[in-house]
Amino acid sequence: MNKYKVDVVVIGSGAAGLASAVEAKKAELSVLIIERDHELGGITLQCIHNGFGLKEFEEELTGPEYIQRFINEVKELKIPYLLDTMVFEINKDKYLYAVNKQEGLIEVEAKAIILAMGCRERTRGAINIPGFRPSGIYTAGQAQRFVNIEGYLPGNTFVILGSGDIGMIMARRLTWEGCKVKAVVEILPYVSGLLRNQVQCLEDYEIPLITNYTVTKIHGRDRIKGVTISKVDRNFDRIVGSEKFIECDTLLLSVGLIPENELTLQAGVELSKNGGPVVDNNLETSVEGIFACGNVLQVHDLVDLVTAEAKRTGKVAAEYVKSRYDKEIKARETIKLVSGDNVNYVKPDLINKNDLSNDIIFTFRVSYPDRRVLIQFKDEENSIIYKRKKIYVIPSEMVELSINLEKQGIKPDCKTITVEVIPRPEVLIEED
Amino acid sequence: MIFDVIVIGGGVIGCCIARTLSKYDLNICLIEKEADIANGTTKGNSGVVHAGYGAPREHTRRQFCIKGNKLYTQAVEELNFPFQRIGSFVVAVEDNQIKFLEEERKRGIEDGIPGLELILDKERIKYMEPNLTNDVIGVLHAPTAGIVSPYEMTFALAENAVINGVKFFLNAKVKKITHQDYLFKLKTKAGEFQGRNVINAAGLYAAKISKMVGLDYFELMPRKGEYILFDRNAMHLNKVLFPIPTKVSKGILVCPTIHGNTFVGPNAQNITDKKDISTTEAGLKEIIEGGRQLVPNLPLRASIKNFAGLRAVPDTYDFVIDNTDVYGFINVAGILSPGLTSCYAIAERVEEYLELIGVELKTKDDYNPIRPKPERFKDFSKEQLDGKIKEDPAWARIICRCEMIPEKEIVDAIHNPVGAKTVDGIKFRCRPGMGRCGGGFCRPRVIEILSRELGITYQEVTKRGEDTYFLIGKTKDIQLRNIEEGVKE
Amino acid sequence: MLELSTIKIIRCIVCPTGCEIKAKKGANEKVTFEGYTCERGLEYAQQEFYEPKRILTTTMRIENGLLPLIPVRTDKAILKEKLKDVLVEIAKMKLKAPIKMGDILIENILGLGANIIASRDLIKLD
Repeated sequence: MNKYKVDVVVIGSGAAGLASAVEAKKAELSVLIIERDHELGGITLQCIHNGFGLKEFEEELTGPEYIQRFINEVKELKIPYLLDTMVFEINKDKYLYAVNKQEGLIEVEAKAIILAMGCRERTRGAINIPGFRPSGIYTAGQAQRFVNIEGYLPGNTFVILGSGDIGMIMARRLTWEGCKVKAVVEILPYVSGLLRNQVQCLEDYEIPLITNYTVTKIHGRDRIKGVTISKVDRNFDRIVGSEKFIECDTLLLSVGLIPENELTLQAGVELSKNGGPVVDNNLETSVEGIFACGNVLQVHDLVDLVTAEAKRTGKVAAEYVKSRYDKEIKARETIKLVSGDNVNYVKPDLINKNDLSNDIIFTFRVSYPDRRVLIQFKDEENSIIYKRKKIYVIPSEMVELSINLEKQGIKPDCKTITVEVIPRPEVLIEED
Repeated sequence: MIFDVIVIGGGVIGCCIARTLSKYDLNICLIEKEADIANGTTKGNSGVVHAGYGAPREHTRRQFCIKGNKLYTQAVEELNFPFQRIGSFVVAVEDNQIKFLEEERKRGIEDGIPGLELILDKERIKYMEPNLTNDVIGVLHAPTAGIVSPYEMTFALAENAVINGVKFFLNAKVKKITHQDYLFKLKTKAGEFQGRNVINAAGLYAAKISKMVGLDYFELMPRKGEYILFDRNAMHLNKVLFPIPTKVSKGILVCPTIHGNTFVGPNAQNITDKKDISTTEAGLKEIIEGGRQLVPNLPLRASIKNFAGLRAVPDTYDFVIDNTDVYGFINVAGILSPGLTSCYAIAERVEEYLELIGVELKTKDDYNPIRPKPERFKDFSKEQLDGKIKEDPAWARIICRCEMIPEKEIVDAIHNPVGAKTVDGIKFRCRPGMGRCGGGFCRPRVIEILSRELGITYQEVTKRGEDTYFLIGKTKDIQLRNIEEGVKE
Repeated sequence: MLELSTIKIIRCIVCPTGCEIKAKKGANEKVTFEGYTCERGLEYAQQEFYEPKRILTTTMRIENGLLPLIPVRTDKAILKEKLKDVLVEIAKMKLKAPIKMGDILIENILGLGANIIASRDLIKLD
């Protein structure tokens, strides 16, 4: 058994893993990156379209270009990494076990662990589409891997269910590879992804976007032969009589992403309702010394935000190793964050009371789109701690706020903070 | 070559018969119409090994089931397939149902079913199965009921049969049977087979096969059962949970699988199309509502797949297991529930029939009843794993992260005596793609391994044979072709 | 006053507000834009109206590389109407590894003034 002993071990080498590793290394700690694929970079490598890096580098890059910069940095800093290596166990003493073909069984003893395994796609099973179980049904990301990395096409004629960004980007990508995309079908009344992708990936190629519809039946016993789509009502129930048949030989699903949580659970880390781990404002999970960042924590809309979050994680993990590791620490008092009206989830889940004087970054997503809203933070007595106006909110965009709660005059005995997104009172008056 | 016995059908029944007969000094072959065995009713099955109280006394299936259940103990020891006697509950929620359970218990005990107990202590019931509805007022507990992976058991049976000399032929749909001078000639898609005895275990198509030799005395009706499978971490059940049965079926159950998942289903819908394994919106609703009667908090958000299976329901509602008037032709048809439980008892009956018609059943000296347990990454200690990886590094390349399946298990599944040739074949043998990601992560890698090990192109790799291809070709080739010729629709 | 007729509706993608900008033409053939709420929006609408351009991102075949394809892009936006021709040109190509990010793989493609550059490093397969 090969043994490693490091300050920080990072699981995953996508945008989150690489940026957090670089930060930890810059804090002069020993770092090890573990990657399951045969090269560094993660899913960003297969996102060959542009639109990355506007925040981080103030220029527009493709996914591979964006991640190459971090790969280069990892190599310049000589951060060791293991490829084709799968972590299968993390125990409470922060021993981590992995396997690869070259070294066999590997044991890593680390002072801090950073979880950066990314997310996975929801599947047909998760949305329970009835019908046959033919071949030719792919998640959008799986098709993206086949087309962009492996160099194979999954079909000729496509229907894409879900108008998330990956779905729309794949619609254009497949069109560019000579395929026919018959339609993008969206159950919601609006596009799930960015407007820019709606215009440049669908409208540019006259690909029909069918909103308020969903796939209600899969046809074809062997290879998929088509789908029935149906209009849905407000409760997403099928409206009888609205069925339309679309012939296709492939169905792509772009129906949402969920944090990858196999290892997170295995490590005994508590999960929150978005599927990612419960973390405090230092992105530390319920297990001391285990941190999380990137899509394993929450699904981000922009890779640039992943990078920012990962850099913070690298820093706090380094801070932990230097000042808290192996020391008797008093139980910390925390404030709990709660999702209020039109807030799907909020991160962090907990705030350490001794950090109240710091600027804390909050991220959340709304459940439905709204315009002219008020974002409010309230304590358990309904006193408003913080508020700000926003012109619009949409579920596909992650809202990020940096707030100094002490400066906002939070009460010292505050126990919970509810975050809500509500219509602005003056808007209500206007409408009256 | 003239076979002593030809078994038609590679489901659990056919494979169990072939394996049971493989101990004798006979030339045996099994022919299957699909690209893999365990591909029909066996695959879409609840995987419940029943205690035996369920079937009516006037049906032979009751005795087959009671006997079959007992025979599992030895079978597991020899074949090492996943099986656990976790026990079952039939759940009463109304006073008048208690009487029915008491009668079932009495009849069951009289017929030799061990341990049947009527439990009326709600606290004890909830302790034994905390997820059960609060409406429960009593349960019939059958401790000998169990759960099994029906396809993994079938693969185990087939492997052991092959080790003991049975020849398997896939993609060999029977088109015509002639018989003359005590010799059967079977014309199939894979050529002609000749044999002295034929065992018809063709599942849904057994009536059709029977008619090929002029035996037209029963009909089979496909009855669809739909299921929803939930993720492993979503719920943990201790018992197989049945409602009070209806006239047509045992009702919609909520049940743990041998791999730690939970499922709800099946409903029972009579259909006409023997290939219709589609699920329906109404059916899925029905099973969810049915399941909620037993377990109100079904983890619907953690559903990972829905699927349907077809039962072959005979017009007599009982097994059609006959030494027929056509000498040497044995029907093993209409194997509806509890067919899976009964398979070992059914195979014994076939042995008896063969003996009766004068087939010499002489045990071979070199018969090996043991099919070793497949080696699994998950079962190894760290020390064992270290050693295994040194022997073969393929143990260290994890292909399926949901189920932690290394390349080695997949390669073994391909080169097994009854090896996997398709992606589903691998999925059902060693589970990559069975987890919550539905194969999203592992499928490209499984395709790569199949392509490499079988020496076929990526395009030739299929989900389950025939027209179930995954990929149409390489990107730029298709792009240039489509631009020149237009998109093929 | 001259009657203006809308000849094109352009959905602005500069920010998520998504203004609908109308290009209108009067009798004097002069095109004016309405509905934008910022200068960047106007610029975008003018560009989209007169000369819509896109960055093209695709892949190119590679021999003996770690992967069979390398992701590539145009180093500047090219005319939207030329995208298809450029895609065909790229599809015909086959290069050899190793390649470095930023390497010019096709210079001045189809005379459009843009180069096709590599989006990542790709090492040789050993």
